[in-house]
Amino acid sequence: MSHSATTDQLITAGEPTLQRNRAIDRFMRHKLAVAGIAMIVFLVLVCFVGPYLLPFDDLFIDIRHRFAPPFVSVHVLGTDPLGRDHLARLMMAGRISLTIGFAAMIMAVCLGTVIGAVAGYYGGVIGAVLMRFVDAMLCFPSIFLILAIAAFIHPGVISITIIIALTSWMEVARVVEAQIKSLRERDFAVAAELMGGSDRYIIFRELLPNAIGPIVVAATLNVANAILMESYISFLGYGIQPPTPSWGNMLNNAQQYLQKAPWLAMFPGLAITIAVTSFNFIGDGLRDALDPRLDH
Amino acid sequence: MLKFLIQRSLQNVLLLWVVSMIGFAVLYLAPGGPLAQFALVPGMSQEQLLKIAEQMGLNRPIHEQYWEWFTRLASGDWGHSYRDGQPVLWIIGSHLLATLELMGTSSIIAVIVGVWVGVLGAIKRYSLFDYLATIGAMIALSIPTFWFGLITIYVFSVKLGILPPGNMYTIGNGSFWDYVHHLIAPSLVLGLVTVALWSRYMRSSMLDVINQDYIRTARAKGVPERQVLTRHAMRNALLPMITVAGLQLPTLLSGALVTETIFTWPGMGRLFLDSLSYRDYPVVMGILVLSAVLVLIGNLLADILYAVADPRIRMN
Repeated sequence: MSHSATTDQLITAGEPTLQRNRAIDRFMRHKLAVAGIAMIVFLVLVCFVGPYLLPFDDLFIDIRHRFAPPFVSVHVLGTDPLGRDHLARLMMAGRISLTIGFAAMIMAVCLGTVIGAVAGYYGGVIGAVLMRFVDAMLCFPSIFLILAIAAFIHPGVISITIIIALTSWMEVARVVEAQIKSLRERDFAVAAELMGGSDRYIIFRELLPNAIGPIVVAATLNVANAILMESYISFLGYGIQPPTPSWGNMLNNAQQYLQKAPWLAMFPGLAITIAVTSFNFIGDGLRDALDPRLDH
Repeated sequence: MLKFLIQRSLQNVLLLWVVSMIGFAVLYLAPGGPLAQFALVPGMSQEQLLKIAEQMGLNRPIHEQYWEWFTRLASGDWGHSYRDGQPVLWIIGSHLLATLELMGTSSIIAVIVGVWVGVLGAIKRYSLFDYLATIGAMIALSIPTFWFGLITIYVFSVKLGILPPGNMYTIGNGSFWDYVHHLIAPSLVLGLVTVALWSRYMRSSMLDVINQDYIRTARAKGVPERQVLTRHAMRNALLPMITVAGLQLPTLLSGALVTETIFTWPGMGRLFLDSLSYRDYPVVMGILVLSAVLVLIGNLLADILYAVADPRIRMN
């Protein structure tokens, strides 16, 4: 899924065919990144298709089998204190957590791209003001900022997604600003300007397509961060509220049963770690593939 | 150097001003605004709410309200806690030390381990160790701190019983060793993320240095390899780490909040969460602004230290 998106974006970037293939080659040689993509595809399939294949609903309460340990009964990953199937809940939680991760990333990338592009293209006072705003936002430790806002509002999937996006667009803005600033001095940008292209045309049609590589890398790392942030605030009780499961709030409930049912804490955390690690690996691979200057 | 100092300080004052505006915006522009905590009181009528709004000056223009809030902030009057009426700054101050102790200890561990892993990874580039360290750092950056904390408690407190599951002291025991015993687990958990960052930055910084001409010169002169690596390479590779230390502060503070919650460590992060659950906004806002100010000061200090250590920086 992520892979085809990357390829598409690379093609629209309009770079010479030879170089495009080289980027894909370089990416495919990054074994961990390829493994990351496989892992994400697997997780998405399991979470979005899996629940239809299970004999249990995630809300079905099997009170006689509460606290069933994993790998011994029909409840493959055991059950929780109410006797709900842990695997079914894990899948439904994955839907929420992954969706929030992707949705928050898209919002953050749009916001960061617009602010970064405006700051980089116009520069001067506008650019300085916008970039100081970015700097100031980066001074706030993200969890403090998210929690302070989340406490004010009614927590739901959409509001949590928006809050995460509003506190994680700054890296993208920095990346885009730096790119646009250097690209707009290049000959092709000057030519487009002399030909009478509007600012919007130059930014979106000439400059941004050439900055797509770093944006894609930042976007991938942003998904990892968004999934992590959602799990933090849900774990702390200010994110997704039960009975809607998310990987984070499943761990919130698990803490008090640590002694009696450690598997309740084991699997959701493992799922978060696998998802976040995969996105980080993909981001790393993309960086190596899209930026040939960085040779490490 | 003086010019550099003045320039950086002015930049940071400007940034501080923007930070204060964001803090103000979070409090006043969020749904419900500063009245939110009163609206929840049972039996509160609309008229009473309006009266409170007038008393708090909420019907005045927004820039006047901001200016009043800012001048009070600047003069050290950060308001009083709704919970126990204590001055906000005093409450935060009484919790800040515990946080700094936790962050300090974990940073010391992270720097020692991270620098060592990073340097070794750079020297033995593409070796099995380097490969495992890179993957390990990636995973460490991806593990949710609170989950790692839960596992640590499960393994070392529940199963093995060798480390306390939380708090700063055992009740009735205030000795230094008891304190250290309680500090081990939270500082290791908090150190996990930063150790990964340190090792990665140190590795790439070391790789930058190791290919420089003066390293080749040192080798050509016949300086023993060990000395080349420690005296010539490592000393210079460590310089950019000053900036890294500054940049890590927000991550470290966020991590401290989570770690303190898991291990019931009586620091600023736990105070923040406690205050949130009591809807004690003056304390919440105080910690929010203070944490940003701490990051700002940390970055300024890192900038200045770097300029002192490396004259090339002052030139541009």
